Amino acid sequence: MEYRQAKTGILMIEILPNKCDFCGCCVGVCPEDAIELKEAEINIIDERCTNCSKCIWSCPIEVIVFNKNGLKI
Amino acid sequence: MKNEYDIIVVGAGPAGSMAARFAAEQGVSVLMLEKDRDVGYPVRCGEAANKKGVEQFIEPNEKWIAARINNISLNTPDGTEVVIAYEDYILERRIFDYELAKTASQAGAEILTRAYVNGLLFNDGKVAGVKYEFSGGLKEMRAKIVIAADGVESRVGRWAGLETHCDFRDMGCCVQITASNLRVNAGTSYLYFGKDYAPNGYLWIFPKGENIANIGLGVSGIIGKKKSASTFLNSFMEKNYPNASILTKIAGGVPCVPTLKKISAPGIMLVGDAAHQVNPVKGSGITSGMMAGSIAGKIAGEAIKMNKLDHIFTYDKEWHDRVGKKHEIYNRIKNGIYDFTDDKFNSIAHSFNKIPYEKRTLGKLLTTALINNPSLLIDVAKVFVI
Repeated sequence: MEYRQAKTGILMIEILPNKCDFCGCCVGVCPEDAIELKEAEINIIDERCTNCSKCIWSCPIEVIVFNKNGLKI
Repeated sequence: MKNEYDIIVVGAGPAGSMAARFAAEQGVSVLMLEKDRDVGYPVRCGEAANKKGVEQFIEPNEKWIAARINNISLNTPDGTEVVIAYEDYILERRIFDYELAKTASQAGAEILTRAYVNGLLFNDGKVAGVKYEFSGGLKEMRAKIVIAADGVESRVGRWAGLETHCDFRDMGCCVQITASNLRVNAGTSYLYFGKDYAPNGYLWIFPKGENIANIGLGVSGIIGKKKSASTFLNSFMEKNYPNASILTKIAGGVPCVPTLKKISAPGIMLVGDAAHQVNPVKGSGITSGMMAGSIAGKIAGEAIKMNKLDHIFTYDKEWHDRVGKKHEIYNRIKNGIYDFTDDKFNSIAHSFNKIPYEKRTLGKLLTTALINNPSLLIDVAKVFVI
């Protein structure tokens, strides 16, 4: 598989590397429990994500973007 | 470390530390797990806290008091300033949280940092412990009760089947810098309202001395959809403090909603931001989180001692009676003032400033603001001295 697979097709939510502050705002608004946040590590749990974009709108520092081309593995 | 504990607390912020302390004070075994390497750091907070609320739980100490506030200055879009007498502390959270955790450990709680909880253990459908990553390995620890104090990014409650996510429209999406090389009055907190500062939210300047302050703002996710919190703050700083030195810049989320419908379930209790126990108007959660932690910790300790785990379900009502119902009122007030236009903010300030300083209160300000909304005036009267 060339692309990362979300619950609803190709994963399009991208957390820009090295820009995240690990504040947890996106985790708090995610309706699908699809984001995992550790001390200084953040990951989307692909199979739960529905590309709903609420995390993008809530990020105070614009670290999450909608990548319409889809995320490659 | 023991092989199992009566109570595990997840998260060592103010709510978690109070839960751990009030549980441990009853002689039960308590382990508090913190995902970060330090208790108290990184700080994700404006650091303003109600003075009396803090002093209920810890003796004031200069180590963690950055400033003592005696006035609040509210600023509207046309430059009108309203000053009201108001007592608050601006905290040094990295020290404050650490000191609170110390009180928990002095009461007998054990603390483990860099321990990331990534799942729950169940027994017969009841929460019966946690799975966690520590020192490169996956571990498990059994407990009779888990208290989730894992903050705005809480997932522990969800794993226990409680609906804990916050609608993005209600999330206060915040960004803050700690800036030096600027002049502030160390006794005054400044708030700015209006669409250029922070629509559906507010911008704050909380002094931490004469030439250092936390400057931040929060906006709803619905605003963030078009323009991020960070963009608003950058324009404010460029306009007002172009020469400030930035010591830290942080992001954070505040769930500006009333408490979750359910904050306990078999084997688990939620406290603090994880339970949405924030004052929805101000977005302040330190003292209410500490209150929640103290209530939950005490009830959890009692449940263990009585060997009656169903006792933890009394937490929902006790929280609601003592604080939760007030937060519901604050939330209605928030909804009443949420969409005010710049002109409305200006006209409220003009009318209110006719009241002499000695007679001003926040309750009277809200009464002025909501004069055309009789049902909310009753709400204001319930929670504010007018």
